[in-house]
Parts: sequence; C-alpha cells; structure tokens
Amino acid sequence: MRVMSVVMRRELAGYFATPVAYVFLVIFLVLAATFAFTLGGFYERGQADLAPFFAFHPWLYLFLVPALSMRLWAEERRSGSLELLMTLPVTPWQAVLGKFLAAWAFTALALALTFPMWLTVNYLGEPDNGAILTAYLGSLLMAGGFLAIGACISATTRNQIIAFILTAVGCFLFLLAGFPLVLDLFTGWAPDALVDAVAALSFLTHYNALSRGVIELRDLVFFALVIGVFLYANTIVLDMKKAS
Amino acid sequence: MIRTEALSRRYGPLLAVDNLSFEVSPGTVLGFLGPNGAGKSTTMKMLAGFISPSAGRALVGGHDVARDPLAVKRLIGYLPEGAPSYGEMTVAGFLGFVADLRGLRGAARRTRLAEVSDRLSLGGVARQTIETLSKGFRRRVGLAQAILHDPSILILDEPTDGLDPNQKHEVRTLIREMAHDKTIIISTHILEEVDALCNRVMIIGRGRLLADDDPRGLEARSRYHRAVSLRLRDATQLAAAQAALASLPGVAAIERDAQRLTVLPRDGAPILYAVTELARQQGWTIAELHLESGRLDEVFRRITTEAPPCE
Repeated sequence: MRVMSVVMRRELAGYFATPVAYVFLVIFLVLAATFAFTLGGFYERGQADLAPFFAFHPWLYLFLVPALSMRLWAEERRSGSLELLMTLPVTPWQAVLGKFLAAWAFTALALALTFPMWLTVNYLGEPDNGAILTAYLGSLLMAGGFLAIGACISATTRNQIIAFILTAVGCFLFLLAGFPLVLDLFTGWAPDALVDAVAALSFLTHYNALSRGVIELRDLVFFALVIGVFLYANTIVLDMKKAS
Repeated sequence: MIRTEALSRRYGPLLAVDNLSFEVSPGTVLGFLGPNGAGKSTTMKMLAGFISPSAGRALVGGHDVARDPLAVKRLIGYLPEGAPSYGEMTVAGFLGFVADLRGLRGAARRTRLAEVSDRLSLGGVARQTIETLSKGFRRRVGLAQAILHDPSILILDEPTDGLDPNQKHEVRTLIREMAHDKTIIISTHILEEVDALCNRVMIIGRGRLLADDDPRGLEARSRYHRAVSLRLRDATQLAAAQAALASLPGVAAIERDAQRLTVLPRDGAPILYAVTELARQQGWTIAELHLESGRLDEVFRRITTEAPPCE
C-alpha cells in the first residue's frame, strides 16, 4: 500500500508539474458547462436536475481521458525511466495501480470542481440529490474504465500520440458497443451470443442507467470488471514489452 | 555476491547473451568490457531484474532474480544505461521519491539524502528540475539514486559516460571508496577506467565471455608486455640500431614510428637489460626509454575481433 501510494503521489505531482493538469481542468470545466447549457438545454428544459450535464460526459471523456492516460507509460518508455522504476523495489501491480489511481484521482478532482453546477441546480429548484450523487459515481466509474483502457494502451508504445489515438478509438468502440455502428461489424457473421456479449460491453448503456440515478449492481460490477481486466492486461503488457 | 549460471538472452533471432557463467564476490570491482552491442547492458538488465533470461539463471545476494525479483531489487543499487530519471522532477524531489520507495524514513532518510547529495555535490541543484541539468549532473543524480540505500551490491551501466575528466575522477574516487566491502559491477568502454578502478575484468563479445582476468593479467597478454621503447638523440643511428636490436635474442619484432623504436619481446621475455647493454656497447645516446606494461587497447581489439563468429 505504501509503495503504491508513493508511486501514485509522484504521478499526480507529475500532472501538476506540467501545464497538462491546468489545461485539462479548464477545458473539462468549460466544455462540461457549455454543453450542459447550450446543447443540453439546461434552462429550457425547466427541470431541476443535472441530466443535460451528465449526458455529455461520455463524449468529453472520449478525447480528454486519452490525454490523461497517454503519458502514463509511454513517457516512461520514451525517457527510459521505465527501467529505473521497474528495478526499484516495486511490483508491477503496485506500479500499475499507483499510476492508474493517480490519473483517476485527478479525474475525480476535475469532477469535484463541477460543484457549481450542483449549487446552481439546488438554487434554482429542488433536485434529487441522491440521483445526482449516483450520476457523479457513474461518471467517475466510466472515467475509470476509460483510464484503465488508456493506461494499458499507453504501456504498449513509447509514442504518446499513438497512445492517444488508439485510446480514443478503443474508448469509442467500448462506448458504442451496444449501438448499430459497432454491432453491425459483428452481426451477420458472428454467433448471436457473441453479438450479445459485445452489446453488453457498451459503456453508454451501463452509464445511462447510473446517470439517471439508478444504482444497479450489474452496472457497478461491469465498470469494476473493466477496470480490473484492463489493469491486469496492463501488468502483462509491461512484463512482455519491458525490453524494447 | 553475484552468480550466473549459463545465462542467456535471445531477442528474436539475435542471441544477445550466450551462456554466460561467472561469479563475483564482495570486494570485487568487476569491469564489463566489450564493443557496443556485445551484451553488457543486457546482462546487467538481467542481473537487475528488468528483463528475464531466456535460459539459465542469475543469483544476486543468494536470491534467484527470476523467482524473487523484489528481494534482489531491495538489495541492489542499479544505474541503468544513460542514467534515466524523471525530467520534470526536482533533484530533491526525485531522490526523495526513491528514498520513499526504498523504505527509508525519518532520521535515516534525512541523513542518507544529505550524505548522498553531499558526496555527489548535488546540494547546489537540489531545487532544479532534472531536465534543466547538464549531462554530468544527470549522471550524478542517477548515481545518487543507486547508492541512496547504501546497497551491498552495485550494478552501474557506464557510470562515467558523458562526464568531464574532473567529474570522472570524482566518480571513480567514489566507487573506489565504496569498493572494499561491496560487490560492484561497472560496464564501460573506456579502457583507462578499467585500469584505474577494477580489480577484475571480463571482456564480452557477441554475448560470450572472451576473457576473465585482472587488469595486470590482461596487459600481460599484450604483445607490448615488457616491450622496450626508446628514442635516440642522433636520428642517423636509427637504422643501424634497428638492425642491431632485431638480432638480439628474445626480440620478436621491432616497430618504428618516426624517431621511436619499440622492441617487442618474444613471449614476454625480459629484454630491457639486453637492450640497455647493447646501447652502452654501441655508444648510442638514449633520449627516452620506456618499459611498457602492455597496451589494454591492443589486447581488447585483438580479443574482440578474433572472437570466433557466431554460428
């Protein structure tokens, strides 16, 4: 635990040592609010809830999360510090978890800074704060899923741009796994069971329930599993591709 | 204490390290010598637990690196090739990070950090980010990181690469000071360093062990071992002198380089006395006279180029 938190703190400090953190926070907050007020019609709907705000989170994450995750391992590979880190007394799991938690904690901070939205809606009316909290939880879990995918992809390359693009594409596929755009790739040739399985991987489906304030165990388990599986894959990628 | 048993590493079709077996005991400063791509770094990476062997095994401090990598990593100090670190961190922040990972705490952490930055003269740059430092400073930060926990085993991949002569001297002094009770492996392609630092040398070529000796022993393999080189004051005598010296018993060959004659002995026979005696008889005035101990660069070149080709 202690070693993991040392790795995590270093990584988190790394975000703030460069302008990455500030650029990310500003863009995330501005876009999240803009989408909610303009595209989402926050006022026009005349309802005291944050649905128009949360509805755009998946699309924001689609290109902002890869920006957070791309440097996690690719940068270590490029600079050679991976060799240093992996020869210090750190297990691969401690390193993988430490880095992931740093990125996730940073996303949590970005989410927390959207609190003026919550204040606004509470000032304007009487929203269901439990539902809002659930939506925040869902948003955070979805970000975690994206980050785990991004961390794993970042470990495969020394080029941050490649990590960014592949992560964005990967996240896009996961996001829309339940929709015709992705499913059409499978229907026709794959067995129905596989098509159903792919459809069940849709981030959007699982997130939609949570963002409406419905806590279902299977949605929570789904995101936890995605995170777990990709972090496990991350340790394997690290082990396989250490030398190059 | 380090031991390898038939250690091998394959990268696709390339056999980077081929069946390497050796043992290093405490008090040894072992110099890894070899041309670029000989397998020095790969071997060190395997000892440090960064990459795993394709075959064979490495034991470091009694722990099998493949089975118990964490025990090995706790024990050793390792400077990877090029001394990588985190460029955006300050020197103090980086060393603090390593100290935390090494489990140093409280007073021990403070004293070790102070000691190490003092020994490597890093005090003045403690608040600077590493990416703004010169190559020499970065290398010293890498060394500081490696010796922070006062490890009994040190593996240093090109510790003096990119340092100026003064810094090289400092680093060598540092390594020599630590040498008496530690097991130290350094890789280098600076031959003078081997002479200055190591009490044992391993020459590696194409992943194989080509020579394992101490620096004196390696020099003795040189055709210049016990060679006598001399310069005469009167250059017109040079041709005659060359002929006369060549006929001396025990002389294998004579090399002439402008005004200088180098008399090579046959099988390292002592010829200094015979040469000076001849000079006295012939009435040559000798301007310069050296007894050579051997030329490491010549031995190195011969050993690494004569190596049997890979099958």
